[in-house]
Amino acid sequence: MRKYCFFPPGKRYFLLGLMYITYLAAKAQVTFPVNGIANPQAKCFAFTNATIVKDVQTTLNNATLVIREGKIVSVGASAAIPKDAVVIDCSGKFIYPSFIDIYGDYGVPVPQRQGPPFDFRAPAQLTSNTKGVFGWNQAIKSEIDAAKLFNTDDAKAKPLRDLGFGAVLTHQKDGIARGTGALVSLATEKENLVMLKERASAHYSLSKGTSTQSYPSSMMGAIALLRQTYLDAQWYKSNPAAEGVNLSLKAWNDNQSLPQIFDAGDKWNDLRADRIGDEFGVQYIIKGGGNEYQRIQDIAATKATYILSLNFPQAMDVEDPNDARFVSLSDMKHWELAPANPAAFEKANIPFCLTASELKDPKQFLANLRKAIEYGLSETKALEALTKTPAIALGVYDKVGSLDAGKVANFIITTGEVFKEKTVILQNWIQGDKYNIKEENWSPIAGTYAIQVKSPAGASNYTLDVKSTSDASIIAKDTIKAKFSYDGKLVTISFPTEKKPRAASIRLGGSVTGDVWNGNGMDADGNPLLWTASLSKAGAPAPDTSKKKMQSPLGKIVYPFNGYGWDSLPKPETILIKNGTVWTNEKEGNLENTDVLIRNGKIAQIGKNLSDANAKVIDATGRYVTPGIIDEHSHIAAASINEGAQSVTSEVRIADNLNPEDINIYRQLSGGVTSSHILHGSANTIGGQTQLIKLRWGANDEDLKFKGADPFIKFALGENVKRTTSQSNNRFPDTRMGVEEVLMDAFTRACEYEKGCKEAPTAAAPASKKKTAVNAAAAPVRRDLELEALVEIMNKKRFITCHSYVQSEITATMRVAEKFNFRVNTFTHILEGYKVADKMKAHGANASTFSDWWAYKTEVQDAIPYNAALMQRVGLNVCINSDDAEMARRLNQEAAKCVKYGGMPEDEAFKTVTLNPAKALHVDDKVGSLKPGKDADVVVWSDHPLSIYAKAEKTIVDGIVYFDRARDLELRKKIAAERNRLVQKMLGEKKSGSPVAPATPSWQVVLSCGDHDHHDGLITVDVNENDANAY
Amino acid sequence: MKKLIIYIHFLAAAVALQAQEDVYPAKPYAGKLYITNGTIHVGNGQVIENGTIEVNNGKIVQVGANITVAADAKVVDVKGKQVYPGLILPVTDLGLKEIANGVRGSNDFSELGEYNNSIRSIVAYNTDSKIINTLKANGILLAGVTPQGGTISGSSSVVQLDAWNWEDAAYKTDNAIHLNMPTFISRPSRFAVFAGIPQPPTDPAKEALKKVDEIKTIFRQAKVYLQETTHKETNLKLEALKGLFNKTQKLFVHANQVKQMLIAIDFVKEFGFDVVIVGGSESFQIADLLKQYNIAVILEDEHALPTSEDDDIDQPFKTPAQLQKAGVLFALNDEHAESRYRNLPFNAGTAASYGLTKEQALQAITLNAARILGIDDKTGSLEAGKDANIIISEGDILDMRTSIIVHAFIQGRQVSLENKQKQLYDRYKYKYELK
Repeated sequence: MRKYCFFPPGKRYFLLGLMYITYLAAKAQVTFPVNGIANPQAKCFAFTNATIVKDVQTTLNNATLVIREGKIVSVGASAAIPKDAVVIDCSGKFIYPSFIDIYGDYGVPVPQRQGPPFDFRAPAQLTSNTKGVFGWNQAIKSEIDAAKLFNTDDAKAKPLRDLGFGAVLTHQKDGIARGTGALVSLATEKENLVMLKERASAHYSLSKGTSTQSYPSSMMGAIALLRQTYLDAQWYKSNPAAEGVNLSLKAWNDNQSLPQIFDAGDKWNDLRADRIGDEFGVQYIIKGGGNEYQRIQDIAATKATYILSLNFPQAMDVEDPNDARFVSLSDMKHWELAPANPAAFEKANIPFCLTASELKDPKQFLANLRKAIEYGLSETKALEALTKTPAIALGVYDKVGSLDAGKVANFIITTGEVFKEKTVILQNWIQGDKYNIKEENWSPIAGTYAIQVKSPAGASNYTLDVKSTSDASIIAKDTIKAKFSYDGKLVTISFPTEKKPRAASIRLGGSVTGDVWNGNGMDADGNPLLWTASLSKAGAPAPDTSKKKMQSPLGKIVYPFNGYGWDSLPKPETILIKNGTVWTNEKEGNLENTDVLIRNGKIAQIGKNLSDANAKVIDATGRYVTPGIIDEHSHIAAASINEGAQSVTSEVRIADNLNPEDINIYRQLSGGVTSSHILHGSANTIGGQTQLIKLRWGANDEDLKFKGADPFIKFALGENVKRTTSQSNNRFPDTRMGVEEVLMDAFTRACEYEKGCKEAPTAAAPASKKKTAVNAAAAPVRRDLELEALVEIMNKKRFITCHSYVQSEITATMRVAEKFNFRVNTFTHILEGYKVADKMKAHGANASTFSDWWAYKTEVQDAIPYNAALMQRVGLNVCINSDDAEMARRLNQEAAKCVKYGGMPEDEAFKTVTLNPAKALHVDDKVGSLKPGKDADVVVWSDHPLSIYAKAEKTIVDGIVYFDRARDLELRKKIAAERNRLVQKMLGEKKSGSPVAPATPSWQVVLSCGDHDHHDGLITVDVNENDANAY
Repeated sequence: MKKLIIYIHFLAAAVALQAQEDVYPAKPYAGKLYITNGTIHVGNGQVIENGTIEVNNGKIVQVGANITVAADAKVVDVKGKQVYPGLILPVTDLGLKEIANGVRGSNDFSELGEYNNSIRSIVAYNTDSKIINTLKANGILLAGVTPQGGTISGSSSVVQLDAWNWEDAAYKTDNAIHLNMPTFISRPSRFAVFAGIPQPPTDPAKEALKKVDEIKTIFRQAKVYLQETTHKETNLKLEALKGLFNKTQKLFVHANQVKQMLIAIDFVKEFGFDVVIVGGSESFQIADLLKQYNIAVILEDEHALPTSEDDDIDQPFKTPAQLQKAGVLFALNDEHAESRYRNLPFNAGTAASYGLTKEQALQAITLNAARILGIDDKTGSLEAGKDANIIISEGDILDMRTSIIVHAFIQGRQVSLENKQKQLYDRYKYKYELK
């Protein structure tokens, strides 16, 4: 007998028969009439002598698995074999639960976008194109049920079955709320029977997909829409008459009891999604983006279960240095480290599932999984991620995910341990039916066979050496390569009789039964023959080479994940800056030969001859020491800036989409900037809530925030909000007359909303967006995020920074504010502020302006560079801001232009970028000047801080040196070395024959308010509201 | 010695007007003029302390420390101040674009069509643009007015910034033909990048090379056409390229990518053109090669972010120093559309902070620009025989703290430094009763 026996004697033909006839009789569904003769089958099978991996913890040797009618009956070493069971000997075979893909869209149609992407210049689509009894926004598709859309599709199922999958959670991947998913098996049966759970999950994302509606046009808009929909749905539970029937909200509520799955797709988005969940008491299962390893601690803190794709980036073709130049270190590092993502989850003890979706070629799945294992993922965890974890996450572990009695008979039979490279999946059984994967490998065919040929010419003998199902040779005086194929049953062999060119061949065809083959054929002269073959020596099993060791060490994870990142996050130090010229911005003025002592992130002392034994000393002899620069108007460090789709979007928050890895944070530190006010853009009259940040390079999004600062909001007036560049504006307003009325209307509604909330917290409130208040006495208040922010303004809990240019609109806006008893905190841009500086002073506004910008559109024709000086002389608190990622690096020089234009005193000029913005932002108790007790946000300059020759040598935030020009020089060397290492590694990948992608430039997205042109570098992509549905 | 103050202040008029109609071009100045006691930055690297410039009928006669001032001549005493050649803005849409966005009617800088070889910017140059006077107030006295659009945009002309009309303004007409080199990088739609939508695979290099071949074909056709003495049919597009072949015009190739610049070298090799790279953000990578082919560079945007995330944070700032070191002839430009080109001296100031000497930085906006534009026989430095295009600043012109222009002369005419913005300043000082 051979070591691996195919069938016990006597059973040989049975399975053979099954192989061909099993699926002639499909499963019968009770209510469906039968056309023909009924064929009821118990379908009972016993799989004996197998190594059964029942679940991740339990492996049974020499065990038996019994299934009946698609369910598992028993599993165990001594499981009884029912009499009617077809017994399949699985000696030497492994049986595993089939895999579960928790993130598919198998059998569900992929919707196509009807119409072009949002274009700011084109007419807006203000209402949903989904007609019917549904909600107001086309991207909220909570009423979609995958179960109703699902169709069995064998062509799509087969590739997944081939990988070992038995069940898929399928849903329509479209929209911000995507409705429900259905758990289906991959059996080729009537839809009714493969549906394991028809409402298995509810799905969400930050992408509006095929929705052509203008709102939301930004990531923060998508987040706001989700938040408001949670609130609307809660309110809808009270059946508010004003809303009528809304099936989207009804479905939303119905879906809440299901597992909630959020397609976030990026490490920062994971955190954003989790925060939405936290707000509404939902723990999402989060579909990640593959870069979570870069911030694994933050990811762990979400306490979510994750879904990970194995879609690792391909190496790029970096032969051409001019192409390679534009591939960032960050992208190359990600290429190197992405396969380590699942291992990072395992190490951090974060539960995760794996999905085959998103792979360009599903066949990569197991290869990529093995790569992940090579990068540290354990095989046990990999199996768990494909079986138990998704089943638990979906609450269907009673049905699938392990081989236990009562569960669905979904399992695979393999030749060995499932993730080993040499292991072959032979069969995939789904709902108790067999699907052939590579059954021909069931019995190893390799070995030496004696062939005896009988033809009219006589008998002859040959020795055949079979290596695999497609490779064999005749061993004689010379070894002659044979043409050989074996499909599990039938074999064909042909070989020349002599080893010389064009020698005639003997051709044999036959069938294989155990170790004995026989059949017929033709000899070299064309005479018919009969032949037999029998095994003389079994082949040795091929050695498993899958345990490759990684050749070279991997690059480090740095924070942020780019060349200028830190190996580990820096901590505050005690720093003594010695002997500099200190500009305090306080009554002490500018002090020569003075020391500044920094301790615990604060300024401890300013004076002469200070000392601290523990301090790191910075010699500032010949240097200038000043407070850090504060940029009142910036658009860096965010994933989106403009929610331009409606005229009032006070519900959106920059804070929801900070991007702490923007390289411009580092670049601006090099210009002495320590705080930036990240504003919403200027696409609409009432824009979004802003976020003041400190440039803590390396921190996560939450830690970037300037803690304890008053909240602000961006407003805008004039050309941008009336969409001057559009030839076909249909969004109100189209004139400055309309802009003023948008403000009047918004605050009028906010007043009534507040009144409603105060008078009867559980009673009437303003109804849905843009509608007048409806008084339905029994209805509870609908919380309105948009109006809430406006109420905060009226209660002086939130403050306005208002983009503005011409004097008419400035005055009109102040008058609106005064009617509602609040003040416009700051007018930004404010290039005609000099014309109404007296009125602004009377109103109590701050001004934040450009030094010398003008003439880039009609409303800046009267802009003058003397504006700042004039406003300051009239008595306004004047700031100079950047609104530009490049210019922010030179704000000290922009401040110096106040000296050039209008003769502002130098120390006053410097205050326009330090103390004055601190005042305008209400943080002058913390920053803006050098005073003991204030935050240690300090810059050491090489020269007079208003001079063009001054460079920030050190920029300190909270007592941490975040930028050091000497360290920067070291980083350049490190970047060059690391780039070269990775380029060489990619070249090696190409040389080894692995497929490579063309070198793709690492596009740098620069966000702007959409106010004016920005200077695009070669690989910079400037995104403003013109393209703003982009996220 | 007579000290003449001709700084005319139309304060009363300014209060009434705000449209600079009262800012007049200066009349020609005949006879001698002395600018005395200044620190003279010649523009070629030389600095003369306490020097004097003698001007006669608009031309510089001599520059030095020991010049005797003739009696009865006009004298401008600039003691304690800095004297420089008038600054040159080498490539600009000045006078062709008034209100950038949203007002199509004010735009005359970009023509329809691919090959506009015969288009001439000078005929559309608007001397009454309100931008012009703000540049003069910052020391910029000459500009290379340049058309845009298509692959070949047409010819630029150099103008002086104190004129009644374009014929008066013309300083050197049709000095260069402008070619926009096709790109070797296909920029994805901004939407697609932001949304993470994969781009369809394209081969931009293939497209670019096809276009390059088209351009070369035109030059080859022009070459044979121009060799004919008579033509059956006149071809204005080919006629317009004559100056490139007889070297009276240069070919300004607008290019930033290395591959684009490598192609530009072909134009030197095959056609013998005088090639100038405009843009050149990546020129530092092939500086030695550019030097080898005598290709000059006009760096467009000194105050730019580094190209890639990994680049040195000060890369654009130090590019001039890298070109200087390689011996490449280069000038600096200011194309910043929001401050409208008036920060040219500060672009040079940044270059001086990052590796150039102050005099080298000055030369990059004066003499080098004049050489590249082909006007260095007439201007660009304060040397005998050249036009008296002179500016005087309170202090270092490269540093905004001290860069305050007090006098400016074009061809010896003392020009007004008034502009709409100063008039509005005066108007509102009047309103608020400020001095």
